[in-house]
Amino acid sequence: MNQTASIVQRFPKTEDYLIEILLEVQKNNPLHYLSEADMHTVATYLNLPDSRVSGVVDFYSFFSTKPRGKYVIQVCNNVPCFINHSGAIIDTLRQLLGISFHETTQDGLFTLEPTSCLGHCDEAPVIRINDDLYTGLDPEKVTRIITDYRDREGKK
Amino acid sequence: MITQKLITKRCGAIDPHNIDSSIQAGAYSILAKVLDKTPLSVIEEIKKSKIRGRGGAGFPAHVKMMGLYQEQSPQKYVVCNADEGEPGNFKDRYLMEKDPHQILEGMLIAAYATGATKGYVYIRGEYQESIQIMKNAIVQAYEKGFLGQHVLGRSFAFDLEVRSGAGSYVCGEEFSLLESIEGKAGRTRVKPPFPTSKGLFMKPTLINNVETFANYPVIMDLSGAKYAEIGTPTSTGTKLISLSGNIRNKGVFEVPFGVPFRQIIDELGGGIPNGRSLKMVQLGGVCGPIIPEYLIDMIVDYERFEVFESKTGAGAIIVIDDHQDLFSILENISDFFAHESCGKCTPCREGHAQIKKTLNQFIHFKACEKDLASLESQARIMHQTSLCGLGQSAPTSIISALYFFRNTFFDRINASNCQEVSS
Repeated sequence: MNQTASIVQRFPKTEDYLIEILLEVQKNNPLHYLSEADMHTVATYLNLPDSRVSGVVDFYSFFSTKPRGKYVIQVCNNVPCFINHSGAIIDTLRQLLGISFHETTQDGLFTLEPTSCLGHCDEAPVIRINDDLYTGLDPEKVTRIITDYRDREGKK
Repeated sequence: MITQKLITKRCGAIDPHNIDSSIQAGAYSILAKVLDKTPLSVIEEIKKSKIRGRGGAGFPAHVKMMGLYQEQSPQKYVVCNADEGEPGNFKDRYLMEKDPHQILEGMLIAAYATGATKGYVYIRGEYQESIQIMKNAIVQAYEKGFLGQHVLGRSFAFDLEVRSGAGSYVCGEEFSLLESIEGKAGRTRVKPPFPTSKGLFMKPTLINNVETFANYPVIMDLSGAKYAEIGTPTSTGTKLISLSGNIRNKGVFEVPFGVPFRQIIDELGGGIPNGRSLKMVQLGGVCGPIIPEYLIDMIVDYERFEVFESKTGAGAIIVIDDHQDLFSILENISDFFAHESCGKCTPCREGHAQIKKTLNQFIHFKACEKDLASLESQARIMHQTSLCGLGQSAPTSIISALYFFRNTFFDRINASNCQEVSS
């Protein structure tokens, strides 16, 4: 049994678990995305047409149908972050990584994305890298964070 | 001190990962007393408290409760709306991560009063830590017998689970949220029927905001009448304020209704840092109005919120200093709503593209007087003709800015190189 097939079986076989299942499947994919095969496995398990699953995947911005980098960097640029200079954070990240939003670095390490408000407006500006939150940022701190990630990867 | 800690009294004083720590501090003690009362007398206390929904719209809480109580259905649901997606709001996250059992206790009280036997906490996917804490709290509440087939050994049954959002602003709207719990895309339904008669899985459903549920144990503890003495006669109790932006002390503060915004900004917020001064304040989040400094003497209450025809009642205050450019902020808000618009109705879908184009004229110093008129009409049309609350409230910032900061628009036009193009 492949990994996706074993993940889906942990959930009750009812339609309302569709989003929960898709989140879990994507979370366990090292490239943070849902392949056509994954979506088909989920559809078959819940006895739904593939189109029903892809309709949900299209609607929610958490889901990606394209492979992403090992680390997905999400940057908040909503008003509370914006007026606390998130623009400088975005510029720094673009420069450091050499990519724009929705792009992945050549080495496959980082994908840069905008995110909706992360609810840490009192610690603005903030970014999230996979499950880890970084708050109260400035260009220097962001540079250090990215350097740390690269160093860690270089040592492997 | 202008803060009054009713629903945040345990926040920071207990370990949110450990139910024993909450119980020692009083969690679930009110539930035990509530279960000795009749459901109708519980609703009567909520009615006497005059509490209104804390999610933004301010609907009287007891009306929804009574509606659900009166439904004759073997299956009823209680749903906690923890899809706090409005930028600038983070008070629900604070409550979930600091005192999760208070929310569970509030949901149990509501379920007992209305005859619901199953509940869901729908938490936005961005709040990973809240999801973990709430899931853990539920597991521990089951172990202690606060949830399950026999709550506290009584015949009252209540099951509860957490469902995660997956990145959709519109899922904070109640019908979109229910669709999402059902595993569908979050597209709203036509009202009526309202959720209290046909909600989740088409069954009667009570949907309340996190903060509203957190208030129920407090009301049942104090009594409805005592609770109603807090705040103002029409806006009772306390309000959680999410304070952010260009201000020294950011964070969540609990204040009684009736406190002036200025006092919150000056006393709790500690004023504007870096030698700058306050230029404007956005209320409620990015869907709310932008008001000038001279208006911040107004008090926090539902009547003031309603003046702006926008759901400003969630309690966010975004403070903006005099170094910020109004037009860049409006563009940022416009970008946000353009992204979140589902594209179903024309005023919202096309309106955002048009508004962005017009705002660009101001940002790039190319604005003419006709651009001001265009912006005004584009914003009004979107506000008046959009299908749902998203499109209706999206242009609030622009409408309010055009009203309160009209001179800023004229100054920009005067400083612009207006090139009238005949079309």
